[in-house]
Amino acid sequence: MNPFFHIGRYFMLLFKVFKKPQNFRVYVRQIIFEIDSIGITSLPIVAIISIFMGGIITIQAAYAIDSPLVPLYVVGFTTRESMILEFSSTILCLILAGKVGSNIASEIGAMRITEQIDALEIMGINSASYLIFPKVAGAIIIFPCLVILSMFLGLVGGFIMGVSSGACTAYEYVFGIQAYFMPWKVGFSIAKCITFAFIITSVSSYYGYYTSGGALEVGRSSTNAVVYSSILILLFSLIYTKLFIG
Amino acid sequence: MIAIKNINKSFGERQVVKNVSFEFTQGKTNLIIGESGCGKTTILKMMVGLHELNSGEILYDGQNFPLLNSDGKQEIRKKIGMLFQGGALFDSQTLEENVNFPLDMFTDLTKAEKLDRVNFCLQRVQLEGKNKLYPAELSGGMKKRAALARAIANNPKYLFCDEPNSGLDPKTSIIIDTLIKDITEEYNITTIIITHDMNSVMEIGENIMFVFKGENWWAGDKTKILNTDNKELFDFVFASEFMKTFFKK
Ligand SMILES: Nc1ncnc2c1ncn2[C@@H]1O[C@H](COP(=O)(O)OP(=O)(O)OP(=O)(O)O)[C@@H](O)[C@H]1O
Ligand SMILES: [Mg+2]
Repeated sequence: MNPFFHIGRYFMLLFKVFKKPQNFRVYVRQIIFEIDSIGITSLPIVAIISIFMGGIITIQAAYAIDSPLVPLYVVGFTTRESMILEFSSTILCLILAGKVGSNIASEIGAMRITEQIDALEIMGINSASYLIFPKVAGAIIIFPCLVILSMFLGLVGGFIMGVSSGACTAYEYVFGIQAYFMPWKVGFSIAKCITFAFIITSVSSYYGYYTSGGALEVGRSSTNAVVYSSILILLFSLIYTKLFIG
Repeated sequence: MIAIKNINKSFGERQVVKNVSFEFTQGKTNLIIGESGCGKTTILKMMVGLHELNSGEILYDGQNFPLLNSDGKQEIRKKIGMLFQGGALFDSQTLEENVNFPLDMFTDLTKAEKLDRVNFCLQRVQLEGKNKLYPAELSGGMKKRAALARAIANNPKYLFCDEPNSGLDPKTSIIIDTLIKDITEEYNITTIIITHDMNSVMEIGENIMFVFKGENWWAGDKTKILNTDNKELFDFVFASEFMKTFFKK
């Protein structure tokens, strides 16, 4: 369908989502619930992927730097820069788009086709706000924590792999990850991930909310949610990088 | 009282509801009957604003619902309890949380008061003690009853029931019908019930609209329905051999 149709309808949905909450207490409870369901349940996958990626980046860096002229602490330095700048925000969010995005789209899509959203509307509840706002807010709160954790675990993974494979010594690695450290890069990464948190939850909710038909369409919405949030994540990652770095 | 005036609805090319007008009386059980696919659910969904109408008026105590802004619609909807044909219980919540939901959203009751109300509603639909079950753990008929409990939880002023007793055995059916009739009279609710169960019609049919192919074909009450000379209604009412043998003159 016409992309402008989707863009227009997406922003109209957002307009509904950010209306004044009808019952503050219920919203706070929902946000806490979503922090748990979006964030805490993603901890294992975040941990595993970050440790492995840190290790892999370290080994590749050590392999690429195979020259006596380059000091070995550069291995640690490279791992840190890749983790902080790109991996822990963009790549991690791409993976979360798969997990969280499909989850949200199918949850809301199933509610749509079984008339649960209609039931909310009939009760006089702003269903868009009630269902979507807590997810967006919860993700914006918890994603930065996941990203910081991922940075840390990535560096740990790099340390384990780097030292155990003999790519560099523990001293060189630790020296490397401290060298030329610029704190704003962490801030940059967190700003990116907040944007991505918004994209993943709002785009996936959009596709779920406007599901029509049956179980087949719920599957389709869920696929669309992942595809379009991933594309938008990459697009915005490019924009951020161009603006702040390149 | 709710009045509908000349409402029309088409899905694409196909006109599903044609120029239907009717008045639903307060404190009475108003029935919409008709064969499957004739447009009953569509009429109900238009009345609560889930389907846009192509033309016509829907008056809630004089207020034209489709013309209200979203806040105005929400105000009326807070007074509506609706039982969907498919139940539409919230899958992620237990029975207790489902029934508690409207109370949580719109009342300032304490936890204990809400629990009392929830238990009272569950008991009226004969689901007492099932508080902690999830919708997936209920039978079809239990889902219907649970949905009814949720619909009446917040003392609605308008109650809409889409086939409240399809999927129930005759005995439970009558209990549910009587329950709806009782609360309708007790709290002076404007109740609208969709059904194609002749048992219910004879039980609680105080003000009946018979819909045929999207039109208001016949209106009356249960005493008139048996003596009808309207051919389509007659075919509908006396479709079963049982009705023929026992009621035909
Ligand atoms: N969303 C929709 N889009 C297109 N057509 C629809 C839609 N909803 C209902 N219809 C059509 O409208 C007609 C009336 O449907 P409706 O659900 O109102 O029937 P009903 O009288 O409630 O039947 P039943 O007793 O089987 O529930 C049907 O022919 C159906 O195909
Ligand atoms: Mg129906």
